[in-house]
Amino acid sequence: MTSSFVSATGVDEALSALAGGARPVAGGTDLVVGARQGKTPLPESLVAIHGLDELRGASASDRSLRLGALVTHAEIAAHPVVCERLTALADASSIVGSHATRAQGTLGGNLMNASPAMEVGGPLIVFGADVTLRSGAGERQVAVADLATGPGTTVAEPAELLTEVEIPLPPEGTGSAYVRLEYRRQMEIAVVGATAAVTIAGGRVAWAGVAITALAPTIKLVPDAEEALIGSDGGAAAVGEAARATAAAAEPISDVRASADYRRAMAEVVARRVVSAAVARARGETVAVPASSTLFAGGAS
Amino acid sequence: MKVPVTLDVNGVAYPLELEPATTLLYAVREGVGLTGAKEGCDDSECGACMMLLDGQPVNSCSYLAVQADGREVTTVEGLADGDELSPLQRAFLEHGGVQCGFCTPGMLVSATALLAAEPRPTEDEVRIALSGNLCRCTGYDGIVNAVLEVSGTS
Repeated sequence: MTSSFVSATGVDEALSALAGGARPVAGGTDLVVGARQGKTPLPESLVAIHGLDELRGASASDRSLRLGALVTHAEIAAHPVVCERLTALADASSIVGSHATRAQGTLGGNLMNASPAMEVGGPLIVFGADVTLRSGAGERQVAVADLATGPGTTVAEPAELLTEVEIPLPPEGTGSAYVRLEYRRQMEIAVVGATAAVTIAGGRVAWAGVAITALAPTIKLVPDAEEALIGSDGGAAAVGEAARATAAAAEPISDVRASADYRRAMAEVVARRVVSAAVARARGETVAVPASSTLFAGGAS
Repeated sequence: MKVPVTLDVNGVAYPLELEPATTLLYAVREGVGLTGAKEGCDDSECGACMMLLDGQPVNSCSYLAVQADGREVTTVEGLADGDELSPLQRAFLEHGGVQCGFCTPGMLVSATALLAAEPRPTEDEVRIALSGNLCRCTGYDGIVNAVLEVSGTS
């Protein structure tokens, strides 16, 4: 039971509270739900950070997009740079939880909850995003790819607060997508998910990034799938090879939502669709956001 | 440890003393005394507890009341103007969007948030927006048709 609560009015106050053993709460969409479900009791000491306006901003430059830790999924999904240059992140942010989850849930909280099934992790890893972890002693940058160490665990120290995410913008000619297998259209999390990004130059794939979600203890890149795409024309043969490589990299578990065998079988299907969508977008074709709804609504092979 | 909190619910300020772990739903039902919002699943799956916080939808069963201190909370009781039902509430009645009524407060609040953000949603957008609200009676069609009528797209 929580016996201590403070609502921080500045980042320094929040960092002091963390150093004193408090745990942060922003939108509460994981922390409070986890406590209501009986999974994890609320921390003994809480510091609310929802009022810290300095963690709320979004700013774009020619090279990157910086998002404060308190930017919500709804704000990410609506950001014009995300929609135009980081489309996989738009796909992912626009299907997190429900309208309520996206209105309250924050990027920082989502990343630090470290679920291997979180929607935004794959796109951030594929785009090479970093997070800033700040404590009273200073700050450091950590790649999103290196942040989670397993389900629910990260490299962050208890006194560190995730304050910002910086996402490099991919070059012109890049298309990207995130797709998940879902049973319900809201209050869902990936049963199986995959992210793909490809840069096409002169009709050839010059760069590719592929990551899998809910298929391993952490979201991870699939180098074999990337190699299958690079240098190819992005056609069906290369897409099929990348999809098979993606399924081969999966280490799924069986749980209440799906068996490991089903997840492995669906990994190839989801990968084929997501790579195809990324290639199509790179070629300037329209695949509506969120790609999951577009590609699973019926008829997609 | 109790924390002094002022909840601004439907435009009225309610000073309360709350344990930090108290949910917004519990504070509004038991502390304020407004029982329109319902406890269904108590873990953000069903939407029966939906409220607006500074105009944005929130599953109040899973939000700490202390974090709503000084912010604007809207419940289903705040949608009507006195005895005058909102157009959405009237449309729910006309289209048979209400049967047992348990999900109705959450449905109305979610639909209100949708129409504030997107005044002319497509049927698909309505269905997606309300799919975080479970109804076990109506089959949803009456609810969806009510929202579409108010948006002028039916």
